[in-house]
Amino acid sequence: MRPALHAEWTKARTVAGPLWLLLGTIAATVALSAGAVSVARCPCGDMAEVSLIGVDLGQALVVILAVLVIAGEYGTGMIRTTLTAMPHRSTVLAAKAAVLTGIVAAAGTVAVLGSLLAGRLILPGHVQPLTDGPTLRTALAAILYLTLIALLGLGVATAVRDSATSIGTVLGLLYVFPVLSQTIGDQHWQRLLQRITPMPDHLGVTAAWAGAALLSGALLLHLRDA
Amino acid sequence: MSAFAHVVHAEWTKFRTVRGWVAGMVAAALLLVVFALLAGVSSDQKGAPPVPIGPDGGPVTDSFYFVHRPLTGDGAITASVPALKSSIPADPEHLRPGTVPWAKAGLIVKESTRPGARYAAIMVTGGHGVRMQDGYVHDTAGPAGVSARLLRLERSGDAITGYASADGAHWTKVGTVHLRGLGPTAQGGLFVASPPSVQGMGTSGSVSTAAFGNLRVQGHWAPGDWTGGQVGAESPGFAGYPANTSGAFTESGGRFTVTGAGDMAPAVRETLPTGGTLGEILTGTFAALIAVIVVAALSVTTEYRSGLVRVTLAAGPGRSRVLAAKAIVLGAVAFVAGLVGAAVAVPLGLHLAEANGVYVFPVTAATEVRVVLGVAALLATVSVLALSAGAVFRHSAGAVTTVVVAVVLPYILMAIPFMPASVSTWLARVTPGAAFAVLQTLVPYHQVASIYTPYEGYYPLAPWAGFAVLAGYAMGALAVAAVLLHRRDA
Repeated sequence: MRPALHAEWTKARTVAGPLWLLLGTIAATVALSAGAVSVARCPCGDMAEVSLIGVDLGQALVVILAVLVIAGEYGTGMIRTTLTAMPHRSTVLAAKAAVLTGIVAAAGTVAVLGSLLAGRLILPGHVQPLTDGPTLRTALAAILYLTLIALLGLGVATAVRDSATSIGTVLGLLYVFPVLSQTIGDQHWQRLLQRITPMPDHLGVTAAWAGAALLSGALLLHLRDA
Repeated sequence: MSAFAHVVHAEWTKFRTVRGWVAGMVAAALLLVVFALLAGVSSDQKGAPPVPIGPDGGPVTDSFYFVHRPLTGDGAITASVPALKSSIPADPEHLRPGTVPWAKAGLIVKESTRPGARYAAIMVTGGHGVRMQDGYVHDTAGPAGVSARLLRLERSGDAITGYASADGAHWTKVGTVHLRGLGPTAQGGLFVASPPSVQGMGTSGSVSTAAFGNLRVQGHWAPGDWTGGQVGAESPGFAGYPANTSGAFTESGGRFTVTGAGDMAPAVRETLPTGGTLGEILTGTFAALIAVIVVAALSVTTEYRSGLVRVTLAAGPGRSRVLAAKAIVLGAVAFVAGLVGAAVAVPLGLHLAEANGVYVFPVTAATEVRVVLGVAALLATVSVLALSAGAVFRHSAGAVTTVVVAVVLPYILMAIPFMPASVSTWLARVTPGAAFAVLQTLVPYHQVASIYTPYEGYYPLAPWAGFAVLAGYAMGALAVAAVLLHRRDA
């Protein structure tokens, strides 16, 4: 496992793409959050959730990063070199997942803390500090959510092997579900849809999506020729 | 064939022979249908009270406190309204005095007390002076600049004429309306209505009390006492009375005090939240857009990845022509996919929703055609945007994400509850998300104070103006793509 991890970390470190995408994630998240806090009409109660709205945008960049980790290799044919060097396919996927988890969690932490800090600066007194239980929970949930979205993207891309289709699928899941659950009138269906929508306050559901995607990705990686 | 036709033909051949791209476009059409199915079967309003329908077939709110007597034949009623006071909830238990601009108190002649029945009324309002209204949607302003407090309503056959006066000596005619099909016996009298008051991002029920004086009736009024009662107490558009209040009237020495809540007005989203719209049936547009974006971006980026673009440009060195040919082929296919998908989805979704007892805001055939064509045009234009982004980025991941975020994220942001109306209307004006206005079927009314935001289904731009914003982005992106295609080596 260690050589695989080292190889994946070297790939992530030495290509310009991932670094820019991570910086982009941070910038987009903080920018949208700060914008939302500064226009939100009512400084009503706890604004921690408002000041994390940027996660809606940041997740799109996380998805690109996650998808390219493997679909990029399929695009260039690099995947065959990778699998020749490390014939244990699950190990390769696990190493990719581990490196991805690490870098997205790091960038996600910076993005979330930056958003909360921006919220505190723009609306002093309405965003509680991190020592406050609920705020800490919301912040941790947002970081975990971004990490799980990355794993979801990796799983889908491993199964689909094409970056555009994978990104379309994952963004469809992330953006169409909330729209759909808003327009559906029936309470019962609405609750059902909301329950299966990947969201920061549904970490269990998000984890289930990510787990299912990774599992099917791993299975297909074993069964198919690269 | 001209050279350009050859290029178009070549692009069409490329498109139709890649199975994944054809499948993507078919998926876009199917997603429209599947989401319509889902929207149709997921709603269940069976057993809900019927929505009152006005004389012109539109849904209405028809709930107010009515103090009435039968009027058989011609007659007139005159009264002064010296006071109209409204209260809105300060908290769930208590009320505070407030201004409800469209609180109404006045005189009315109505076909019957059935909700949705024809009427004509003259009234004083909380903030819009004297008005004459009829048929739920028609509103005529009374004399301006005079604080008219005396009202008079005359019936002659099916013609109802309203007058207003400040002093009782000089009367101004406000309007005459003909209530077609009005039988000999109508109900006439005093009424008070008090629509929900708009409080920030929501509405809360209000209640109003009016004092009436100098009540005089002439003509063929039935003898006996005045009867008071709430019209349309069970209507879905009626939010009910605030806590600890109820509709009532008292009479002493020719002076009436009437308390009422509700409204006589066309239904809007806020007053008929259970009503369905075509836009909801076509929620699949968002999913279809993503499918179209993926296919359109891939149609360019795949050529770059495989190196085919060099062959394409060697065969057709007019680079703008190649781009234009791609745009035509992709746009046409996306248009057809959207047209077929929406044309199947709309009747299917409507049928299922109505079978489940859901009241769908009615639309004219022309509006229905506009919505279906609008979805097709939306998909076609977004495909051109995605194709241009693909040519600019030459990388599918960046192109797909940029276009999805540009088109879908504005809609998601508009739909966030705490987003102030000014921001969401701004988003619906300047971002590509403005084009979702083509899905709007709801009509805002000046005489109904409500929340007219994109989230509620009311866009600030007219449907085709909103679409033009997206088309502008697509044309701009296509121009940038053409310039870059010329400048850069393939």
